[in-house]
Amino acid sequence: MKNNENIVLEVKNLSKLFGKNKVPAFEMMKSGSDKKEVAKKLGVTVAVNDVSFQVERGKIFVLIGLSGSGKSTVVRCLNLLQKPTSGDILFEGKSILKFDKKELLEYRRHKVSMVFQSFGLMSHRNVLENVAYGLEVRGTKKAEREERAREIIKMVGLEGWEDMNISQLSGGMRQRVGIARALANDPDILLMDEPFSALDPLVRQDMQFELLSIQKKLNKTVVFITHDINEAFKLGDMVAIMKDGKIIQMDTPENMASNPANEYVENFINSADKGQIYSVKHIMQTPSCMIRTKDGANNALKQMRDHSVSSAYVVGDKLELIGILTIDDAMSVRTGKISMQDAIIRDILTTSEDTLISDLLSVAASAKYPIAVVDEENRLKGIVSKAAVLSSLV
Amino acid sequence: MPDWLINFPSNIKLNISDPIDRFIDYLITEWDVFFDAITSGLRVLLNSIGYVIDRIPWWLLLAIVFVLTWRMSKKIGKAILYSLLVFAIGAMGLWGLMNITLTIIIASVIISIIIGFPTGVLVSASDRLNSFVRPILDTMQTMPSFVYLIPAAMLLGLGNVPAVLATTIYAVPPLIRLTSHGIRQVDSEVVEAATAFGSTKWQSLIKVKIPQAMPTIMTGVNQTIMMAISMVVTGSMIGVTGLGQEVLISINRLQAGRGFTAGIAIVIIAIVIDRLTQGIIKKGEAAIEE
Repeated sequence: MKNNENIVLEVKNLSKLFGKNKVPAFEMMKSGSDKKEVAKKLGVTVAVNDVSFQVERGKIFVLIGLSGSGKSTVVRCLNLLQKPTSGDILFEGKSILKFDKKELLEYRRHKVSMVFQSFGLMSHRNVLENVAYGLEVRGTKKAEREERAREIIKMVGLEGWEDMNISQLSGGMRQRVGIARALANDPDILLMDEPFSALDPLVRQDMQFELLSIQKKLNKTVVFITHDINEAFKLGDMVAIMKDGKIIQMDTPENMASNPANEYVENFINSADKGQIYSVKHIMQTPSCMIRTKDGANNALKQMRDHSVSSAYVVGDKLELIGILTIDDAMSVRTGKISMQDAIIRDILTTSEDTLISDLLSVAASAKYPIAVVDEENRLKGIVSKAAVLSSLV
Repeated sequence: MPDWLINFPSNIKLNISDPIDRFIDYLITEWDVFFDAITSGLRVLLNSIGYVIDRIPWWLLLAIVFVLTWRMSKKIGKAILYSLLVFAIGAMGLWGLMNITLTIIIASVIISIIIGFPTGVLVSASDRLNSFVRPILDTMQTMPSFVYLIPAAMLLGLGNVPAVLATTIYAVPPLIRLTSHGIRQVDSEVVEAATAFGSTKWQSLIKVKIPQAMPTIMTGVNQTIMMAISMVVTGSMIGVTGLGQEVLISINRLQAGRGFTAGIAIVIIAIVIDRLTQGIIKKGEAAIEE
């Protein structure tokens, strides 16, 4: 048994049923009927079925499952947006189900806050007023709550956007506002209900990184809901996988990946290989250094030195890709050993923006130089480094 | 074939007219103090609104219309057009009558909002109440508007005061309906967020639900105003003064020109008020929509 001091949140035999005949439904469940039978016979939906877990302070606990697996219902029970049908939820050893009205408000205002999948922002308020909302309902003075909100807005990287309307923000920025709003209350626990599912893959990666760094800095306990196994493994200290309202395996990412409890878990882990989802345009970069054919060797050398690179792409007048020039060859050109035309390596790897990263893997592993990304007219759009390809799979 | 199979059997009688009469009689005799109080309250309201409107110089009203429509539409052409339309009412010699009509409309709308808005909020909170209120609202709205004039006149007498009551009964349903609808359709995650951050029910209503529902509520206010305008003409049958009375006189004397002149003035009032409130709604929607 782990040290009890460290357990912030403990969920014991939590069940949540929707419908009228809950008592007979419970009996059916006990006698071994499954979710579908109960729904058919009694019209009762079993959203969560006898779920237990513990969340340690300062850790990220990830609940993963497909839609309808009950993960969102579980997280909504943790701040009593949904009332559990049976079971218990303990916050620092106290049952939140026994809270009276006032205690529940205090719990929501100070101990736990939530980030939503479609952000749940109040569009009639600007960024600052949204972030300050939790403090406002708590009764914090205007000057004080705005100061605190500005601090948090700065932390999530939205400085300068305080007075903007929500409608003026991109999805990623909106979720930053959502996170800032949740952090402004300085809660012990952050509940995050698929917070990044509505975002583009690239933005999602940024946000995941941001969340990790915020979590390291503030040492918050996080309960994170997702349907993306990569996200779960990347973020989670502990991952619980749910199916039909039940937790079917709960473990650290490493243990889960090496010892999947059953075929379902195994399939889940294998299903979402990132390389299948991400394409080149998500990881390509703008080349920092480009050389034009009309540039001389001196100019080329200077550019490479300025950008501290050892090779650069050579492009024509219309940005069409011609080849690659290494710094060694450029030196030889300057000393007159070979001509510029001969120095350019023309036999190079190219790819397009929409190529899947998984298709690029074998090529990237053996590539000597960054791979050039070109459009249909052979114009250089960007470059993909070997490091970018490989790290996107982590 | 027996007669009762062809003609509706004459011995089946459902009489709801007598109970209604008895109920109204009961109200008149037993509740006269109450209705006297309502009458004097409404009269005070009407007189004070009328007092203010009569003291607005014609050019100031035109300027107000001009500035408001300009700010709403951002088009100077529209602002000029609407002010010219209002100017035309004066040019047709109907400025004074328009003031009376506006007074009645404003009074009815104010009372409709005072009654309709809180009712709508209340109805939005309970499914049971909603399914109970909905058929009543449907009935209120489809009932021919003339019918309301009878009890109103009986309880409050003739003139503008009972008209305000009848207009309110006729015009309040859309406001109740749309207030309730607007609050119900606020994004559930936004409401959840309000709750999750520890808002009391009152806080989430005032700070989140009502502001989010505002465009829909304003659509309700707009419909209420439009219905109040149409009722102003009907009300002339129980002695409402203003443009409606002008129409009634023209009917009695078969003066088409005079009738249409007053009719056009009413149309102008409706158009200008409609465009102004629509402008407010659009602004609100632009802010709410994502």
